[in-house]
Amino acid sequence: MPRTLFDKIWQSHLVDVQPDGTCLLYIDRHLVHEVTSPQAFEGLRNARRAVRQPGATLAVADHNVPTTDRSQGIADEESRIQVATLENNAAEFGIDYLPMDDIRQGIVHIVGPEQGFTLPGTTIVCGDSHTSTHGAFGALAFGIGTSEVEHVLATQTLVQQPAKNMLVAVDGALPAGVTPKDLALAVIGRLGTAGGTGHVIEYAGAAVRALSMEGRMTLCNMTIEAGARAGLIAPDETTFAYVMGRPRAPKGAAWEAAVTAWRTLKTDEGAHFDSEIRIDAANLAPMVTWGTSPEHVLPITGTIPDPAAESDPARRQAYERALAYMGLTPGTRLDGIPIDTAFIGSCTNGRIEDFRAAAAVLKDRKVAKGVRVLAVPGSGLVKEQAESEGLDAVFLAAGAEWREPGCSMCLAMNADRLNDGERSASTSNRNFEGRQGRGGRTHLVSPEMAAAAAVTGRLTDVRTLK
Amino acid sequence: MDKFTKLTGVAAALPLINVDTDMIIPKQFLKTIKRTGLGTHLFEEMRYTRDGAEIADFVLNRPAFRKATILVAGANFGCGSSREHAPWALLDFGIRCVIAESFADIFYNNCFKNGILPIRLPAADIAKLLDDSSRGANATVSVDLEAQAITGPDGGRIVFDIDPFRKHCLLNGLDDIGLTLAKNDKIAAYESQRRLEQPWL
Repeated sequence: MPRTLFDKIWQSHLVDVQPDGTCLLYIDRHLVHEVTSPQAFEGLRNARRAVRQPGATLAVADHNVPTTDRSQGIADEESRIQVATLENNAAEFGIDYLPMDDIRQGIVHIVGPEQGFTLPGTTIVCGDSHTSTHGAFGALAFGIGTSEVEHVLATQTLVQQPAKNMLVAVDGALPAGVTPKDLALAVIGRLGTAGGTGHVIEYAGAAVRALSMEGRMTLCNMTIEAGARAGLIAPDETTFAYVMGRPRAPKGAAWEAAVTAWRTLKTDEGAHFDSEIRIDAANLAPMVTWGTSPEHVLPITGTIPDPAAESDPARRQAYERALAYMGLTPGTRLDGIPIDTAFIGSCTNGRIEDFRAAAAVLKDRKVAKGVRVLAVPGSGLVKEQAESEGLDAVFLAAGAEWREPGCSMCLAMNADRLNDGERSASTSNRNFEGRQGRGGRTHLVSPEMAAAAAVTGRLTDVRTLK
Repeated sequence: MDKFTKLTGVAAALPLINVDTDMIIPKQFLKTIKRTGLGTHLFEEMRYTRDGAEIADFVLNRPAFRKATILVAGANFGCGSSREHAPWALLDFGIRCVIAESFADIFYNNCFKNGILPIRLPAADIAKLLDDSSRGANATVSVDLEAQAITGPDGGRIVFDIDPFRKHCLLNGLDDIGLTLAKNDKIAAYESQRRLEQPWL
């Protein structure tokens, strides 16, 4: 029987299937960060349990770390304790830990791929919903809660129910100015934030094949915002070229054997998908969110919708609440809404191609008066690469801030946040109420669009930037 | 983990769709290294003004619902991040059961690990429960997990579906890790096989 890529990875990781259908799934790789792990290690300690496969586990602090000068450590006491707790737990349980002053430190979902920790065909988990990022490699990767983090640490497995298969086929080619972020937002707009619930989405089609690994990571990263458990893209030559030579990738004969196996990781002809959607990439435009859910998204050429036109009462109420929070009125053109801050970074758009794209817009231009721009590389290695290309100089010359790596203003757990009523053009992944700071108003966009907004001080169609 | 068998209590209504985990417990409270103490910050930004005063008309601040043990909400409850702090905050407040039209997957999973019963019901049943809840403290609801049934204040009965294994674990307060460690031989066998087939891992 023909199988999907998800079916293949799932079935090859089954340790046990109970008569009631509950599965015990083997986990190949486990990423750990400081926020969702302390209680898991505490649980192990209380039960006198060890970490079953320390070598399959990699720890790095990202959510709480300052993005300014780190030579004095972390000023906030709770953040400092949480990061120190991760370091101590990693040492106690024999897990590799990348400290804050290590060039390899960064956002967990950027570090995994960079280090070759993320490999095709594997199962990867992390106590973080954006673990879906790693699906770009043809790995089954999903976020888990802290109890499940403890379960994986202790057993290297997870108790799981099978997911359904969904195909998102993207035909054609992305037009100029339209990025993987816009594609991701368009998919969410189409499916809604619960459209993928219970499903693993496989992205296919010419437009997906044409994406770089970084673009694929952006697309898979946002899959969770469509409610899906994971996103998947079948590995191909683009994938192998990215993985080859990475520090933790297989080498020599093992590499050859691995690639031979990885070439079989694709959906068979005629395999069944529980649902399918098709998107013509040629019809896409740069996207921007207008409300407080990623599904509140429109092309930049659109206008703020009128809740009164919405027939479903729950949705109408949600729109009204969102517009009140965002301080926006129906009928306003998105292009032209003034912003206070632009944020370029996060596990969604914190990789080198994102900074190249934003720098291309900022080059020989100035950030608009009164606008704050934070450029926060996703890892120390991204930062180093960007600096070797002179991108930091472009950001600084334009009037942007060039920061140290971390999650930063994506979720504002550190000092980087919006003040009450401030509006951002942000390359991050969530525009929830209060996400970037209480009362902060977030518009999700691509790096190019964030840079364009920085320059004009308003949400701006990057394709029309003079 | 505490068992979940039967629960009788006041049901508070939160008639919103897409209640996300940032709403349930904002990030400034994720810096804790404990599981407890988050109840006072449950729904922080809807519940308190910026200077910490209670917002009187938020449901959990109203006298009838301050001791609610059941929450009834709209579709896609718990969307967003994987933070288990969301169910910890609910539990610490005293909520043992969340009833919604649908749940985000990770939040749904996280509930079961903490002795919280998440119940999915069709929109019409949710509407009925929200209506019942508007009657305040008189609107006591009973949830019987064994029977998979909810009894409303007027005696009306709603049955619900739940995965049998998850039901079994909740009813008995079973520790997942203990159950899995009993399968150690199978895990070890899988690992031996994997070493042969995928030595690069």
